[in-house]
Amino acid sequence: MAQQAVPSASPATPAARPAPLPLRVPVREILPWAVLAAVLGVVLIYFVGAEQGATSLFGGTWVHEFTHDGRHLLGFPCH
Amino acid sequence: MMRSLLVRGMLVGIAAAGAALLIAWLYGEPQVGHAIAFEEAKAHAAHEGHEPEVVSRGVQKTAGLITAMAVYGVALGGLFSIAFAFAYGRLGRLGARATAALVALAGFVAVELVPFLKYPATPPAVGNPGTIGSRTALYFCMVALGILATTAAVIVCRRLVPRVGVWNAVTASTAGFAVVVAVVYRVTPRPDAIPEHFPATVLWDFRVASLGVQLVLWATIGLLFGYLTERAFARHPSRVAVPANA
Repeated sequence: MAQQAVPSASPATPAARPAPLPLRVPVREILPWAVLAAVLGVVLIYFVGAEQGATSLFGGTWVHEFTHDGRHLLGFPCH
Repeated sequence: MMRSLLVRGMLVGIAAAGAALLIAWLYGEPQVGHAIAFEEAKAHAAHEGHEPEVVSRGVQKTAGLITAMAVYGVALGGLFSIAFAFAYGRLGRLGARATAALVALAGFVAVELVPFLKYPATPPAVGNPGTIGSRTALYFCMVALGILATTAAVIVCRRLVPRVGVWNAVTASTAGFAVVVAVVYRVTPRPDAIPEHFPATVLWDFRVASLGVQLVLWATIGLLFGYLTERAFARHPSRVAVPANA
């Protein structure tokens, strides 16, 4: 008898697989989210950690001063 | 699937930021206060004028710190959930809780510990403003090195497991990781400028507090995310997309 390729097609015999492998999320499903999260995450971390320190997109020092304590305590070089 | 993981990651990031905030207030802020007092006493002795306050200390300690922590927590939590999605089902037979804990440990080592050991957090008054550009560049390069070296160690480890077993594979890849990091530490410059008479206890306590903030942040993300994901998978096993061998 040929073994079934898709185990979920036989829900009547759940006891046949006592220790199933954890299920994976396919890479092609993760990738777009990964790109989006990486880009947004890097922008957010840049504003908390580095804006108006080494580089400055906006003039003044308000962002630097506002996030000052978090910047020091999270370990970013501040000034 | 990805949507629920990402939403959970960002919410857990907020919760972790709350826990880290407590550590920051209890252990970090007193040291920031001491460092600023030192800075002001030095400026006063040198007859320099008082620096104009753009944002008051009260705002920096409360709204500023809360905002910085929350934004950092959300970003970290979201990125963590992506890393979890890549790792889950691809690290042997580890379940959701163990996978989340391992990803958090690897993330803490890569993003915090590797840069911290070479370029530790500095309180106000420590660090020459003239070198902020090179220090920032070196710091982010060290973060990148931590991420690359950790990812490489995990990939090598997975390849070694079928040949030499889990224990030997983890030992060998960890040793390789340590050698790479140690060599980079030896050859990178150290532009740390600690002013004369800056109290050593303040510097030490500040750095321990900073490490504690990051440790609590990562530990909360890893453990809480793992707990919630394990619970969600147990409730809706059918929502997971494809079998592991597909």
